[in-house]
Formats: sequence, structure tokens, C-alpha cells
Amino acid sequence: MSDDATWLIEHGRIIDPAQSFDGVGRLLIHQGRIAALDPNDGELPSDVCRIDASGCIVAPGLVDLATELGEPGLEEDETIQTGSQAALAGGYTSIACAANTDPPIDTAAAVEFVRQKAARADRSRVHVLGCLSKGRRGEELAEIGALVDAGAVALSDGPGPISNTALLRRALEYCLMFDKPILDRPEVTSLTRGGVMHEGMTQLVLALAPMPAEAEDLATSRDLRLLETTSGKLHLSSISTKGSVELVRRSKARGTEVTVGVRIANLCFQDELLRTFDSSLKVNPPLRSEEHIRACVDAVADGTIDVITAGHQPRSLEKKMQELDAVPFGMSTLDTALAQVITYLIEPGRLTWPRAIECLATNPAQVLSINAGSLRVGQPADVVIIDPQAQWTVEPSQLFSRSSNTPLLGQQLQGRARSVWVDGRLKHDLGAANHPSSN
Amino acid sequence: MSEPIDVSLNRLAEGWRHRHLLNLESLSPEDITIILDVAEVLIAATKSEGRKLSLLTGKTIANLFFENSTRTRNSFSLAAKRLGADTIEFSSSGSSVAKGETFIDTAKTIEAMGVDAVVTRHGTPGTSDLLAQHLDCSVLNAGDGPHEHPTQGLLDILTIQQNRGSVAGLTVALVGDIAHSRTARSNIWGLKKLGAHVIVCGPATLVSRKWEALGVEVAHRLDDILPRCDVLNLLRIQFERQAASPFPSVREYALLYAMNAERMRKSKDNILIMAPGPINRGVEITPEVADGPHSVILQQVSNGIAIRMAALWLLLASPTAKVVVAKPTESTKGLA
Repeated sequence: MSDDATWLIEHGRIIDPAQSFDGVGRLLIHQGRIAALDPNDGELPSDVCRIDASGCIVAPGLVDLATELGEPGLEEDETIQTGSQAALAGGYTSIACAANTDPPIDTAAAVEFVRQKAARADRSRVHVLGCLSKGRRGEELAEIGALVDAGAVALSDGPGPISNTALLRRALEYCLMFDKPILDRPEVTSLTRGGVMHEGMTQLVLALAPMPAEAEDLATSRDLRLLETTSGKLHLSSISTKGSVELVRRSKARGTEVTVGVRIANLCFQDELLRTFDSSLKVNPPLRSEEHIRACVDAVADGTIDVITAGHQPRSLEKKMQELDAVPFGMSTLDTALAQVITYLIEPGRLTWPRAIECLATNPAQVLSINAGSLRVGQPADVVIIDPQAQWTVEPSQLFSRSSNTPLLGQQLQGRARSVWVDGRLKHDLGAANHPSSN
Repeated sequence: MSEPIDVSLNRLAEGWRHRHLLNLESLSPEDITIILDVAEVLIAATKSEGRKLSLLTGKTIANLFFENSTRTRNSFSLAAKRLGADTIEFSSSGSSVAKGETFIDTAKTIEAMGVDAVVTRHGTPGTSDLLAQHLDCSVLNAGDGPHEHPTQGLLDILTIQQNRGSVAGLTVALVGDIAHSRTARSNIWGLKKLGAHVIVCGPATLVSRKWEALGVEVAHRLDDILPRCDVLNLLRIQFERQAASPFPSVREYALLYAMNAERMRKSKDNILIMAPGPINRGVEITPEVADGPHSVILQQVSNGIAIRMAALWLLLASPTAKVVVAKPTESTKGLA
């Protein structure tokens, strides 16, 4: 099928929160763009490939805000090719490459490198996060203007927090000139140093080094306070505690324009799971106890949390085979995040489909101010068909990510991206679709 | 000659179903009783039949120690030898990262040399569980960081039982650095399962109120609980596990928690003084108490060998050990 084919996706439930659209209808993709939502037969071009999406969700392609792609320097974990392919398989049409590569993405040349590699891979769109500080050392501002000129869509020293309060304040002010958001993951590291898991009863029994919830709460409080002072643009990339949720809720009620994300792992997995000592469960923010998870899920549903992020941190097997103290944080999630949202949140009735799409596509696109996350006519056609009933078992051979550090291996998940278009080109297709290519 | 002891051991071990000994948390009271009973039989047998038995002849046991230890390692070696098994010693301090080999690979290499059990100690919780998941042979946890040290818990219980007949109904205080103590955790699980009342006592920075959720009493002043205690188990301060000092000075610690002659006078007449060792004389215990008539510290050491013999025999030669087919994930299921 040619790249600029015309597609008519029929019989699916189209959900586009950006237009408050939710209903069974038809979506026309023509010349790489969304050509029409619910067109009449008369409006259809002559040569159209029909896709039957009965029983499926048709949504804007998902958007991830901070994806570790391993390149340059950490190719044993992931490459731009494998990571952006895993993204497609997971329903993501846009991802933002995290800046914690080796060397870190703190120069225009580094941004350019990632963009070129991504263009060559030609899978999902790959945006680039630039470092907030030179060398990600958290001391001096990176050349943010140059990074933005080269195409950086946001600034982040992630996955770790911006510990230097003065630097964050300065950065929030400086970035006002560029209208780019700063991504921070709140954590007071002096309270979590050497930590392996959430401080609580499971941690007390297992005697793994603790990461207390207040380490996040305190930093969230600091970040919100600085945001109120500077009126800058701040996105808290992954919060995980009840305390953070309450702080954000109060701050938003006061009118603060903060946006907030939560990682899928922090919505699905409890700290209890670490009783298996499975190193793929060592993540930061750590898996929390039930009350924190409940608070986060409620906050996603009620709008306090804006974004569900995959939090993709691929780690090679040899890194994850060490003792838990030495194992690096991280979970490989791009391949499974959408299915986790469906299995753990939508199916049990804790989240609606429209809200899920809003948190997975609409809102993250808005945070980065990128032209994605909606099915508006004229938009580049980044579209996903999701089969919410598909049952599949997570196996390393099924994962496109180079690393399979996920606790889901061997488990069955429900729901899957069936077909994914980027720029109107069908780039991932499980073949379940029945598309007679005639009119 | 070993025929009669085989018979009595097999009868005792009828209910035993485990391939690994990783913790006391997941054992039942019956499991614990089996180990204690087997240990008593082995103590009697080594006395009557001479020091060496041939219950594990032909078996090979590897001591795989990633953390420094002389006492526990020697105790396990002796236990293996007294049962007629061969032993291999492997020790490595420093992390596996520094060597460029993961600890799992190290263990697999040792296993490939043909061993029936691996006795392992490591500074990180969960390492013995992970080895049990990755190896086909039996795994005995000889201490995984501050998490558990099951044979230490068992030998402490055996020592109390020998002196008091039973631990049920006794008040046992664990004193010291509870947070960083694998001995404390294993003692708590074992003692609670057998019906003892357990008090954990130490500075508030090393034992918080959260511990009450485990069904233990939390105390911060030794003098407050002392008159009620039947047994005191004085844990060593784990200076090496502290990121920042959890109390102002050793002198202040000794002032509040050291078991000395004066505190002995406030204790019950028949109080048992225990310490897992190595003891810091003058910190948690003064010499006159350590060497005094209430001290059973050396009895703990000799019981350690008996408990380890019992554990090795149960895992390698009991009726269950002969039937159970290798199932690498069994151990983790038992934990959940």
C-alpha cells in the first residue's frame, strides 16, 4: 500500500477529547492528514482503503513525554530504532527522547543527532528533550536557546529531580522567553539516597533501603511554590504520592497552571510485589502502597493529574541481574503501557475511555505544544486503532523494546494497539484488520 | 550404625516440604518445630556416635559468601563436615559490579561444579531468593543484608527452648539496632510463630512504632521493660549499615542500652542473656554480663552448628528432598 494512500476507518468508536468527540463513526485519512470526521459517501475520494474497526477504539496516536531511547551511549538498553518501534507497537505516534543519554543531550548537535537518527528509523515521531543544565549536572543552565532552536520541545534533567532550587527558579524564569516547559520529577534525594523501594510495611519486612513518600511531597511543594512565584511553565513529570496529589489539587484550585503526570507503573503496581525481589520492580518513583495508588488513580480520573506517562526506562538484562542495591531504576513500558491502562484501569471501571485518551494523547501533546494528540480535520494523521478485547501474553519475543525489564513477563493483558498511522502512513498493523482495498 | 538415627529423623521430617531455607517469615510453626527437633536428634547423635555422621556422604555444599563472615561460614562448614558432606568455599567481598560478573552468574558457575546446596550470604536483601529462582540446587540463606538470617533465628530459639523447655508464653526482648538487623527479623517471625511475646527495644531512630504492625511491642527504654523480660537478645550495633549515625554517641548508646551488672540486678532472677555476636564488649554488653552465669552466648554458638546440620539434612536428605523435583520458582511462591 502506498504511503499516501487514502484510508477510511469505519465502524469504530472514535474518541477525540480535543474536540469532545465520542461516538461510532468514520474517519477519513487523505494525503497524510485527517481529511474528515464522519464524511458522507459523496465526500469520499475514489480510491480508498476501508478499514473495519468494529468493536475497536479509534483515537489520536498516543504521546509520551519522556522516553529513554538509549542513544547515544546506552545502546545495550535501547536504540532509537527499537524504542520508536516499541512506541508504535504500544500505540504511541509521538515520543519525547529523554536527555539522559551518554553524553547527555545538552547541545544543539546532540538534539540534531537524535532527530536525524529518528528520521532514519522512520517509526514513531521522536521529539527531543534538552538538558536543563550543562552536562545534567544541576549546576549551570544549559544553552537553552540553542537547544530550543535545534528543536528541543522541553527541558529536563530527568529522570532524576532538579535538586538545585536556585537553578530551578532561574530556569523557570529563563524559559519564559522560549515558552517551553520544564519537566521535573519531584524528589528530595537526601531522604532517598541508596533507597530501593517505598518506605512502608513491606519495606520494613524486606529491609530494603527506604524511599519515603515525604521525599516526593516536599519537592512537589517546593516546585509548586517556585512556579507560583515565577509564572513559568512546569510539568511535574511523575508524581506518585497521596501528598503530592493533594498539593497539586490545592495549587490548581488556586489557579496555578501546573501540569502533572503519573507513570503507568505507579497506577498498576503495589510495593508488595517486591516480595518477589524482581529487579524490574525497582523504579523511581518507587511503587507505592495501596493508598497512594488509589489517590493517584482518583487524581487521574478527576483531572488533578493530566498525563499518564509510560515512563519507559529500558535496562539491559545484565544490569537488572545484579543485587537490588546495585540494580539501576527502570522498567521497560512502551510496549505494554496502553494494555496496562486498559487492563488495570479501564476494564475494572476506574477510568473512562475518553479520560484515558485525554491523559495518553491530548494532554501530553498540549504539554509539549506539539501538533499531535487530536483528530481535528487538517491535522497530521497520527491515529491508532485500539482493540480493547485483544488478549495477549507478554513475552520477550513479543516486545519490540531491546530490553524486557518488565514484571509483566508471562502475564496476560487485555487490549492492544491494532493499527497505527503516523502522518497518514500505516506503520504498525497486527493484521487483524480486515481491509479490502477497494471502493 | 546410622540406621536408627535415619529412622527417627525421617519420622520427624514427615511434614517437611521445603527445598530452600530462605526466611522464617514463610515457615509454619510445624516447620520450625521440625528443624528444632531434628537439631536435637543430631546433637544427641553427635554426642553418642562421635562427632562425624555420614548422613550427607557424597553431597557437596558450597559456601558462597559475598559479605565477610568467619563465624557463620565456619559454622556452616563444620555442620556440613559433621554430616559427611564435602564443602567448597567461595568468598568475595566487594560488589559483583566491580568484578564485572553478576552474583547470579557467580552462583551458577559454582553450581555447575556439581553442588547440592548453596549457602549464601550477601549484603543485599533478596539475594538468596533470587538465587533460589535461578539455581536448581537448594539454597540456604546465611544472611541477606538486614532482611533475614533464618538459622540465627532458629539457633536462638533452640537455645531458649533448651533452657526454658519452650518459648511459648515467654517475654523475649530484642535490644539494639532493630531496623538494620536480620537477626531481629528472623527472631520476630520465629518467636511469634511459637507463641512468645516479643519486645523490640532500641533508639527511636532504629525502631519505630511501625514495627507494632508485626505483632511486637515497641520500647525505647530498656529500663522500662527489663523487669518483665525472660530473655534478652542483645543485637550488635551494625555500624557498617548506617548511612548517618542514628544516635549521638556510643557512650550514650551504652548508657541507655548496655546490659551491665546494675541492670542485671533489676532483671528477673532467671533471665537469659543472649547475643548473636560478634559482641561489642562495653557497647551492648559489659564483660561481667557476657561471661556471667546468665549468659548463654557460647551455647548459641554450638547450637548454631546443630541447627545448620538440621537444615542441611532436611533440604538434602529428608524424604521430601528425595522426591521433590527441581522447581526454581517454588521459593518465591512460598514468600507471597
